[in-house]
Amino acid sequence: MVPTMYYVLLSAVLFTLGVLGVLIRRNAIVVFMSVELMLNAANLAFVAFARELATIDGQVIVFFVITVAAAEVAVGLALLVAIFRTRNTADIDEVSTLRG
Amino acid sequence: MELVMFWITAAVAVVGAVAMLVTRNAVHSALFLLLNFLAIAVLFLMLLAPFLFAIQLTVYAGAIMVLFLFVVMLLGAERVEDSTDKLAWQRWLALGLVGVLLVQAVVVGFLSRGTPQASADVAAVAAVSTPTAIGESLFTTYLLPFEITGILLLVAIVGVVVLQTRSQAHGGAFDVVTEDTIMSERSAETVVSVPDSQHAPEEEGTEAVSSR
Repeated sequence: MVPTMYYVLLSAVLFTLGVLGVLIRRNAIVVFMSVELMLNAANLAFVAFARELATIDGQVIVFFVITVAAAEVAVGLALLVAIFRTRNTADIDEVSTLRG
Repeated sequence: MELVMFWITAAVAVVGAVAMLVTRNAVHSALFLLLNFLAIAVLFLMLLAPFLFAIQLTVYAGAIMVLFLFVVMLLGAERVEDSTDKLAWQRWLALGLVGVLLVQAVVVGFLSRGTPQASADVAAVAAVSTPTAIGESLFTTYLLPFEITGILLLVAIVGVVVLQTRSQAHGGAFDVVTEDTIMSERSAETVVSVPDSQHAPEEEGTEAVSSR
């Protein structure tokens, strides 16, 4: 059996890559994809610990996370389409009207 | 053998994630993210979670990725980063901070290597983590969160419809905005005055919006 620590380390690496994507990419759609990557990394850690403890609860939480992620993607992409229609850009640096 | 499988799958996952970050084209990013999702699905299977493997494939690799690709191609936003970066120094700050985070994760991993682990054997885990057990848990212990999730999905659907209706009404690409506003006001009036027939004008309004 592969040690749980390997899975958790892989999860940490993937989560960090997702953080990097949110910070350095400016295409809003790619930023959303990076958020999905972070959610997936968290899911991986949940499932790894669920196996470690031989319980089902971690997997149930992953089920909820996937559902919430689906809802988030639907609303987020709708927002993106709305922004693109009004401003004709998907660059997050261009959408800075609320900046003080 | 299982360890070799793990390293190969982990390498595919990390390569998919890195390639998603470095490609300029958003369509390629989406496809590399799909590769990453598939690798994570295989890892779920190796972690004795067949139900989550199926969910990952259908919901993430199926529905969510189709939604991403659809929006990218609908907007034609594959390459929006061609202009020069106004905040170039933030990129290096982000790289430094992420490096710190990664080193922290690895150090914590090595420090906790010596701690004793609850060594559950494969047979015990496989007996617990069946789709049947997940279903029973969802409908007994986690019934309230399950119902709340249903409400959340409903709210998301309504929110998306409202967002798209508003954005088309104020889009400015067509000069039928006034008609549209009149239509929605009329349907709102009908809802207030005659509660029984509230469905018909709303559907008319939605159809009129979507046909444009």
